[in-house]
Amino acid sequence: MTSLSADVSKNSASPKSTHPLLWSVRREIWEHRMTWIAPISTACVVLAGFLLGIIRLQTLLNVATKLPPMSRAATIAAPFTFAALPIMATGVVLSIFFCLSALSNERRDRSILFWKSLPVSDTQVVLAKALVPLLVVPLIVLGTLIVTQLAMLLIGTVALFVVGTGVPTLWMGWPIAQFELTLLYLMITGVLWYAPIYAWCLMVSSWARRAVFLWAVLPWFGLFIIEKLALGTDYIGSLIDYRLYGVLHLDFNFPHFPQHANIKLIPVINPLNDITPERFFLSPGLWLGLAATVAFLAAAVWFRRTRDPG
Amino acid sequence: MACIEARGLKKTFGTTTALAGIDFKIEEGKIVGLIGPNGAGKSTLLNTVLGLIPYEGQLSVLGLNPWSSRGALMRDVCFIADVAVLPRWMRVQNAIDYVAGVHPKFDRERAEQLLAKTQIKKSSKISELSKGMVTQLHLALVMAIDAKLLVLDEPTLGLDVLFRKQFYDTLLNDYFDHRRTIVVTTHQVEEVEQILTDVMFINQGRIVLDCAMDDFETRYVELRPRPEHLVHARTLNPIHERQALGRLVLTFDSMNRDTLAALGEVRTPSIADVFVAIMSEPTTGDAA
Repeated sequence: MTSLSADVSKNSASPKSTHPLLWSVRREIWEHRMTWIAPISTACVVLAGFLLGIIRLQTLLNVATKLPPMSRAATIAAPFTFAALPIMATGVVLSIFFCLSALSNERRDRSILFWKSLPVSDTQVVLAKALVPLLVVPLIVLGTLIVTQLAMLLIGTVALFVVGTGVPTLWMGWPIAQFELTLLYLMITGVLWYAPIYAWCLMVSSWARRAVFLWAVLPWFGLFIIEKLALGTDYIGSLIDYRLYGVLHLDFNFPHFPQHANIKLIPVINPLNDITPERFFLSPGLWLGLAATVAFLAAAVWFRRTRDPG
Repeated sequence: MACIEARGLKKTFGTTTALAGIDFKIEEGKIVGLIGPNGAGKSTLLNTVLGLIPYEGQLSVLGLNPWSSRGALMRDVCFIADVAVLPRWMRVQNAIDYVAGVHPKFDRERAEQLLAKTQIKKSSKISELSKGMVTQLHLALVMAIDAKLLVLDEPTLGLDVLFRKQFYDTLLNDYFDHRRTIVVTTHQVEEVEQILTDVMFINQGRIVLDCAMDDFETRYVELRPRPEHLVHARTLNPIHERQALGRLVLTFDSMNRDTLAALGEVRTPSIADVFVAIMSEPTTGDAA
């Protein structure tokens, strides 16, 4: 055992500028490596699937060329949409599980006493944790999406080049830039729409001593049941439904969405002119949700501050 | 300026009183031992000082209200709660980077110099380190912060005697400079006894002794009376009586040594002896 004691020179550190919020976000990424491992793993699965089904790409393009332009674009975009979906879903699931554990794990392993021994306020800590689902994960998902779709285009191009046809259709048959912008739009609106869900989970993880997942879900389920049995109405149920899927109805002009009946399952491959950002950004659901987000985060700060750390 | 000053500091959890409205003052540059049995209110007291829990009454730490200004206070206060609180998933390098990133008074070079003298590798995960090494790491991080107050709550719990000894040696030799203030709670009283400047006993949420070590040594006397003087000795109001190796030992508070020396063998008791004497008193009156 070597001694710590040493003839170390006098501590001469002068106060320097620090970035508690930035470093707190960084440390979340260090701790939760799943934030990037999970989307990338999903992307690998997607690419593997695409590669295995590459033989069907030519058939798909042959069919597409015979369709009118709108349906052609949708048909070519289909594999890219199906690639985007699981990666984005991974981001949402990941974010929810992150939020459920973010403020309870530090209490369970008592590392909260270490974090609280540093000049980082509870507000900064909670904000840093909220930025993971609101900013970090979406950016990682977006980056993963872009790289995955580029890889698909590249793989597709090489494959089609080998068989000799279809390369121009793959690149010109659908509006790639619009498609990507639509994905970006979906991501931004989705994050804003789901923000109260993430904030709710953070608040529960800051409050509940154990069984965070149950505390996050059961109250809603309980209210749903009670309402249904006592009043025979379904306000809670439709509220939950609205929060989970409402964003898609607000985001896009679905009447112009020709071939897809079940909008809950098949979102968004339609061109940019079907989006309705004004409807989304003017919807009371968005702003009420954001107000709830602020309230839940404030409650999370308060619980982290007042809960006995020992 | 007093480093910590409390007036009527009170904390209750439901119907349990953890701190019963206590008053005390800790001056700058002191090393204060906070001694008390389990559940006496030590940790509650430290938690109020660190701004971790709300309280009633007045409390000022380095001139700040710890509850409302915890963030600002933590620039000048460090604490080691016990050995297990460093996040286990973190790598040593991450821990240094993070503290450097958030703490304006952290000196990275000093932390690295301190760590270079240990077996700790910067690429190690904290979960891979032994308990003793985690403490060394925590101490290195804390000692690289130019803080005014260091709070240690059972810092050496679960460590072997070598690490425990080394912990306090390092603290005293390389950190304490008579400007900083250190408050330490521990069950191993005998290990800190030599380094303390002041000692506070706490029991059932009250301060039962608050005294400088210099005064402590003159104030408390232990007498092993010769059998013929026992009755006389007992009339002098000893605060405690105990058997040791078949002989009776009486502990006195503020009693002339020469008077006692005529009755038997006189020595200065250890903190632990006085602690036992005071804690086994039937009354809970404020002896300070």
